[in-house]
Amino acid sequence: MANVSLRKIVKRYGALDVVHGIDLDIQHQEFVVLVGPSGCGKSTTLRMIAGLEDISDGEILIGDRVVNHLPPRQRNISMVFQNYALYPHMTVRENLGFSLKIAGRSQADIDTAADEAARILGLMPYMDRTPGELSGGQRQRVAMGRAIVRHPDVFLFDEPLSNLDAKLRTQMRIEIKKLHRQVGTTVVYVTHDQVEAMTLADRIVIMKDGHIVQTGTPLEVFERPVNTFVATFIGSPPMNLVEGVIEGGVVRLGDGNSLPVPPAFGNMTDGRRVIFGFRADNFMPDGHGLAETGPAATVNLPVTLAEPLGAESLILTELAGVEVQGKMLNPRPVQPGEVLSFRLSLDHCHLFDAETGNSLR
Amino acid sequence: MTRRQKNILNWIVTFLVMVIICLPGLWVVLSAFRSNGEILTKPTVWIPRNLTLDNFRAIFGFGENVVGIPVGAYFWNSTVIAVTSTVIAVVIGMSGGYAFARYRFPGKAKAFLWLMLSRTVPGIALSLPLFILWSWTGLIDTKMGVIIVYTAINVPFTVWLNEGFFRQVPRELSEAAQIDGCTPWQAFWKVEFPLAKSGIASAGIFAFLTSWNEYALASQLTRSTDSKTLPVGLMDFTAQFTIDWAGMSAMAVIIIIPALILTFLVQKHLIAGLTFGGVKG
Repeated sequence: MANVSLRKIVKRYGALDVVHGIDLDIQHQEFVVLVGPSGCGKSTTLRMIAGLEDISDGEILIGDRVVNHLPPRQRNISMVFQNYALYPHMTVRENLGFSLKIAGRSQADIDTAADEAARILGLMPYMDRTPGELSGGQRQRVAMGRAIVRHPDVFLFDEPLSNLDAKLRTQMRIEIKKLHRQVGTTVVYVTHDQVEAMTLADRIVIMKDGHIVQTGTPLEVFERPVNTFVATFIGSPPMNLVEGVIEGGVVRLGDGNSLPVPPAFGNMTDGRRVIFGFRADNFMPDGHGLAETGPAATVNLPVTLAEPLGAESLILTELAGVEVQGKMLNPRPVQPGEVLSFRLSLDHCHLFDAETGNSLR
Repeated sequence: MTRRQKNILNWIVTFLVMVIICLPGLWVVLSAFRSNGEILTKPTVWIPRNLTLDNFRAIFGFGENVVGIPVGAYFWNSTVIAVTSTVIAVVIGMSGGYAFARYRFPGKAKAFLWLMLSRTVPGIALSLPLFILWSWTGLIDTKMGVIIVYTAINVPFTVWLNEGFFRQVPRELSEAAQIDGCTPWQAFWKVEFPLAKSGIASAGIFAFLTSWNEYALASQLTRSTDSKTLPVGLMDFTAQFTIDWAGMSAMAVIIIIPALILTFLVQKHLIAGLTFGGVKG
């Protein structure tokens, strides 16, 4: 059993706190992704779990063991680094077997384990090459292979795909997911890419400025963001946010337009300043959306720009002085300036407090 | 100018530069195999008429004319001094360079700057204070005294070179090794050291050559066969009214040979070290 628990973890550099008392429980075999913009403390948190950074305050447990003062080698973890950190002076075989060699295992054991890892990751043809002779994707695989040979309690991934090009990234993402299914080890994965987070995670932990903002399954954080930060960080394109004031059951926008208060948000006091949030997927021109059943509102807006993506087009328009995006399914050519009637499906809309940005749900 | 003409011009300029660089060396080597008579003949004899090993025989004590110079002792002194000071400088350079490359500590930038500035002081400017200090402490005319001075000269350079090499080794490699089960000490020797080997080797060879060839300070700090090094020993060939050019040249050749052999042995590393130095910002 290798669950990982963070209890009020603090990282302090001098007077500067970069991680502010994080609590997190990661279950055995769970795939948890820490995601957030750069400087949010996600990598620091990962490095504290690895033992590469001191913990200023709080406790980290792996299994049932407090590991605060254990060096990395005694934590039975393995880590895949952003730049792979393969040993350039060793062959792939030696890279894979390095940890076992350090542990003093027999050469036969080491070879068996290295071959096993190489077989899983398709590295057999490259065993006698050095990292310098491998492509980016192959290096990435060696880094993962080096992590699995030891059968660690926990895998740590520090932005492992960010050095790869887009196509390879998608491919390696799938391989990581398969690998997790195959070896079933607890994974803590750090990325700034929300797509990676959504596709890989059992559970996403969204961080900002050294705090955890929201924790939940990919669908939970997508459908019920706790504040405007999560709303704009998760999902692509980001959620549209428009400011307004509650007036007799509707949200009155700055340009005089009004949108109904979404049913999930009940009664709101008049005069309250709110932010109305909706996604492009729920904001589609009439006749170019899905046949939706829930309550809806209609807004007529002139098109600023259309971005054809093939199966759909992204439509840029302006609502109450803010640029918002909608989606057009079965697209037809659209000219800038053309006025379209957009259907907004209210079941998927959100209200946030205008001051704090927190969800009013 | 056509390409061909340019090529020819290139060769001519290269040739001239090489002549300027190589001729004195060549002249020393040629003189080592000629008699004093032939060296001093006027007009100058450019192409040697007969080559001889007499000068070397004289230095090593067989043959008719024996030069009364303890070359063996000088050679031993030079070797002990150069090797010891190089080993110390490399060890300090390696640990210092590693510390500067890897760790944050108060006053790091200033310490590094001062270390580099210390190289701008010409060593000979310190010879008088050193002489007085060494006389007081009894280090004058001892191998230890010279070793200390050479180590001090070499350390800033070896620290600088090693710092650059360790900085080139990504920090993550040591971290990966520690996660793979190494202690920090093991991670250094199994991963970081092998990768910085070229730098350490070139720092070593430079330190060795500096110590092996140094003349000015050694001439002040050494007196007797207990501590005199080969370059200082060269001056033994000058008497009050005569200079034994042939013997001096032969001894110069003896000084050059070990340095040459060493340079050839580590030349691969040396080139890696030099090209690296070229791109170090």
